[in-house]
Amino acid sequence: MSVEYKELTLNGLWKNNPAIVQLLGLCPLLAVTASVVNALSLGIASILVLIGSNFAVSLFRSFIPKAVRLPIYVMIIAALVTSIELAMQALTYELYLILGIFIPLIVTNCIIMGRAEAFAAKNSVAASLYDGFIMGLGFTIVLVLLGAIREILGAGTLFADMHLLFGEIANNWKIVIFDDYVGFLFAILPPGAFVGLGLLIALKNLIDQSNANRKAHMQVINITELEPLPSGNNSKPLDLT
Amino acid sequence: MAFINISSPHVQRPTKTADIMRLVIIATIPGLIAMTFFFGWGTLINTLLAIVVALACEAACIKLRKRPVMFFLKDHSAMLTAILLALALPPFAPWWVTVTAVFVAIVLAKQLYGGLGQNPFNPAMVGYALVLISFPVEMTRWTSPFELSGNAWNVLGFSDTLQVIFLGWSETIQTLAHIDSYSGATPLDTLKHRNGLTTEEIWQSSTVMANVGAWYAVSLCYFVGGIFLIYRKIFTWHAPITLLVTLALISSLFFAIDPDSYADPLIHLTTGATMLGAFFIVTDPVSSATSNKGKIIFAAGIAILVYCVRTWGNYPDAMAFAVMLMNLCAPFIDQYTQPRSYGHKQAKKGSYNPEKQS
Repeated sequence: MSVEYKELTLNGLWKNNPAIVQLLGLCPLLAVTASVVNALSLGIASILVLIGSNFAVSLFRSFIPKAVRLPIYVMIIAALVTSIELAMQALTYELYLILGIFIPLIVTNCIIMGRAEAFAAKNSVAASLYDGFIMGLGFTIVLVLLGAIREILGAGTLFADMHLLFGEIANNWKIVIFDDYVGFLFAILPPGAFVGLGLLIALKNLIDQSNANRKAHMQVINITELEPLPSGNNSKPLDLT
Repeated sequence: MAFINISSPHVQRPTKTADIMRLVIIATIPGLIAMTFFFGWGTLINTLLAIVVALACEAACIKLRKRPVMFFLKDHSAMLTAILLALALPPFAPWWVTVTAVFVAIVLAKQLYGGLGQNPFNPAMVGYALVLISFPVEMTRWTSPFELSGNAWNVLGFSDTLQVIFLGWSETIQTLAHIDSYSGATPLDTLKHRNGLTTEEIWQSSTVMANVGAWYAVSLCYFVGGIFLIYRKIFTWHAPITLLVTLALISSLFFAIDPDSYADPLIHLTTGATMLGAFFIVTDPVSSATSNKGKIIFAAGIAILVYCVRTWGNYPDAMAFAVMLMNLCAPFIDQYTQPRSYGHKQAKKGSYNPEKQS
């Protein structure tokens, strides 16, 4: 059982990361990541919806007729998103105004529908809950990373306006990276999000590739150590290629 | 008595990329001189800065991609991109605008796609468009042409220009008390923001339009450089001439309909980026359409887009945006304008199929 959770964690955060591997939910990813606070709040909203929808779908999975499962998932997700939206309207009104249409649009976020269909409909409630959380976390991490890159490049600050999300204590979390920064509009505009996401994906592939290379290299060393040279022909080394 | 002693297979050495690039760079020199003459040292400084940054970025990228550095640096393509970019930037663009534009052009638009020959967009125009949307204030800071506005040419000397570019605009302007103003609108700007005036009234009232001769001269220099390149068979006449003719036709049409609210064709042809674009940007062999028919469609599309944005859009000039949009269309244009190769039948077009009917 614990192996399965380990697998789920690895999948959600790295191997099958919804944002930089599956490339799901690109619309909110590209639209709201102009600053860390926007990215983080949309990420948290997505996590909550994902946990809720995975929980509900998994709980009722034996009662949902196969033929109409998609409309039922949509109803569940829409109900959850509506409650999140109302909650944000009540608790963080300014943030609600900034994120605007992208909160109701969580309904159409492919990650949520994808996890309901691919995972929650087939697995136990506990595993589905965990999967929803970890997939949402993977998505949120990418959102926040991209938000941080774009905020630093675009406005020269980091964690600006965090009080919208965390209240009074976050009033002076803002870090000014560059004084006198003129602002780099490109990073804040949508093309900057595309370029930033492209670079993040490239970085992930680079890390994967170097890991694979190192593993292959280790294997070669293991083979040479384990297999002794054929006796009687000491002069010729093993041809590994 | 001299005999002609050359026998038949008159094989010529194939033209190298570096030779082509060198000729194009030579052809930009008249324009560079004209820009420096009319607008001060800024363009020249920007060009040098851009070349240094471009070569450094190119070398670093090639090194990271594990390719032979000197081999690729010697094709002069990065230098050409840098020069075209610097010619397009305003003369007093701060150094970081130039550096950002060149970095984006070489690294993002060229090397990330796989280097020379692989880039879908014209690198210089990507760099220009990016800084144009990112730094609107700095990118619209043009000057009135010194020579024609009555001031001596060295109103802003070499060291003053260096200060403006490297230390910043507002810091420097206080130390140069003898200058009243040295930023000014371009003719296209003036015609765009006309405050309700008719074209004729603008011509009479605006000081910018009184100095329009400088823009004519710069355009003429680009034109001469471009004709030199056509003469040397670096590119064919199709793209540049189509662009100029199409732009002239559309602007004449609208000017004939309503001369009060549309600019005249001469302005469209000789100010802004028209000449630079027509001869040095649209003719990029990598990112534009390939066949002659394709080049004509490509250039006509650019001319139409340029006119539309200049007249009805938000920006006073639109060469960069138009070129990038048509770059996107270039593969599509190529697919439908493949010339018939010798000995083959005319390609089938549409649903008409002569073989089935006979």
